[in-house]
Amino acid sequence: MNPLAIQAVNLFASGLLLLAFAMLAQRRIVALINLFALQGVALVGSTATVAWATGQRHLYWSAAITLVLKVLLLPWILHRLIRRLNVKWDVETLINIPTMMLVGIFLVVFAFNLALPISEFSRSIARGTLGIALACVLMSFLMMITRSKAVPQVIGFLSMENGLFFAATSATYGMPMVVELGIALDVLVGMVILGVFLFQIREQFDSLDIHHLEKLKDE
Amino acid sequence: MNLEGVLAQIAAMLVALVGGPLLAGWVNVCRAWLQNRTAPPLTQPLRALHKLFWKESVMAHGASPMYRIAPYVVFSCMLLASMIIPTLSTNLPLAPAADAIALVGLFALARLFISLAAMDVGTAFGTLGARREMLVGFLAEPAFLMVLFTASLISSSTSLATIVSSLAHREFAVLPSLAFAGVAFTMVSLAENARIPVDNPATHLELTMIHEALLLEYSGRHLALMEWAASLKLFAYSCAGLALFLPWGVAEANDRRALAFALPVLAAKLAAGGFALALIETILAKMRIFRVPEFLATAFLLGVLALLVHQLLGA
Repeated sequence: MNPLAIQAVNLFASGLLLLAFAMLAQRRIVALINLFALQGVALVGSTATVAWATGQRHLYWSAAITLVLKVLLLPWILHRLIRRLNVKWDVETLINIPTMMLVGIFLVVFAFNLALPISEFSRSIARGTLGIALACVLMSFLMMITRSKAVPQVIGFLSMENGLFFAATSATYGMPMVVELGIALDVLVGMVILGVFLFQIREQFDSLDIHHLEKLKDE
Repeated sequence: MNLEGVLAQIAAMLVALVGGPLLAGWVNVCRAWLQNRTAPPLTQPLRALHKLFWKESVMAHGASPMYRIAPYVVFSCMLLASMIIPTLSTNLPLAPAADAIALVGLFALARLFISLAAMDVGTAFGTLGARREMLVGFLAEPAFLMVLFTASLISSSTSLATIVSSLAHREFAVLPSLAFAGVAFTMVSLAENARIPVDNPATHLELTMIHEALLLEYSGRHLALMEWAASLKLFAYSCAGLALFLPWGVAEANDRRALAFALPVLAAKLAAGGFALALIETILAKMRIFRVPEFLATAFLLGVLALLVHQLLGA
């Protein structure tokens, strides 16, 4: 196997992890969306590299779908959404950011330890990156937990899907085409539904703070 | 220790002594270009040093001997630091004297003295500057250590000369851990050298300054030594960064031909690095002092990530 391809996949994986941390630390929503788009770019790069190194044709297709969906379409929808919701300068996190970074490090250590024995069984070219994919998923979880506003939570959800997709391509050379198409459409539809939800939430509570959802109304 | 090594060491020292102020001048020139101002001459810091050395040195009332010896201690720490970092050649007789961890210790010693001297006179600004310097320093140090540990793990040695020669001679490989460490190192060196976004080197505005507040009471040759030490620190950090992340072009022991090429290569790398620094300083704004812990926590995090990624990927 081409060592340069393995290194490139590792580099893209590290880029994904770095971007996950950057998203965790980012306060502004616009920058958050741009980081999400960048994560998509890293994903496209790694998928295409795996496709080229292993000669798996269908991975080119999934790279193309990722490019269209996660780098172009979803960020565009999100940008339009926040412009219409007028929530550009959201600056709230529940825990302060350095603490969140430390929790993130613990998550990374946990994920790496967890993935090490699993990846022993795999014989794919980039099995070491399984830990990174797992760490990305966990960090997106953390982001969803620690954000109090709805839009960053949606972005956290989308970036979690990025992590899962990366795990699939790097550890097992991707899922069957039908599954991938299904997931891609699901994410797109989910995004549209969440967008509608956001408008509903704002209409009901005049804010996107999900704490309002915790109160029961007895009307 | 042979004659050649001693000569290489002396050459490295002279390059550091002259190159430090020139590098600081080059950063100022680049910044002036980028900001559409008329650039000062490249040798301006050297001229300022020359001027200051001929001026009378005024001592504050009630200054203790501590205040008097601090410039010499700080200057010699920085000089020693820039001598043990391989700039031209890895054949340095002084290199066994201090490894990467001792290098951090040297910087810490200099920081301790400069802060004590600033508090010694008892002005409010000095104390304020000293506190901020310590705040920045104690957060930057662990991050710097993490970066150095990553490089040490890759080359399995803490000696700087060994790290550089093993990094330069391995076959070309993209190492994600070094990429993380590189970003962390950039952040640490911005903070340590009192650059934007942590401190503004061009300002004398009281409430925002860190480095200037420490030197406020110094004058004459003491000030000259302190300024020289600051530019040596910038030089040492730049060379450490080049040595860790772009180690090509540093001469090996007994390789005279490479030694002749080492100086132009170093100058080119430093010029590019200085331009990058000026670019960073132009496009970024200075951040609030209470954001600095967050900035340096990020640097530390990246350093730890570099270590972890190295453990996971083995690269």
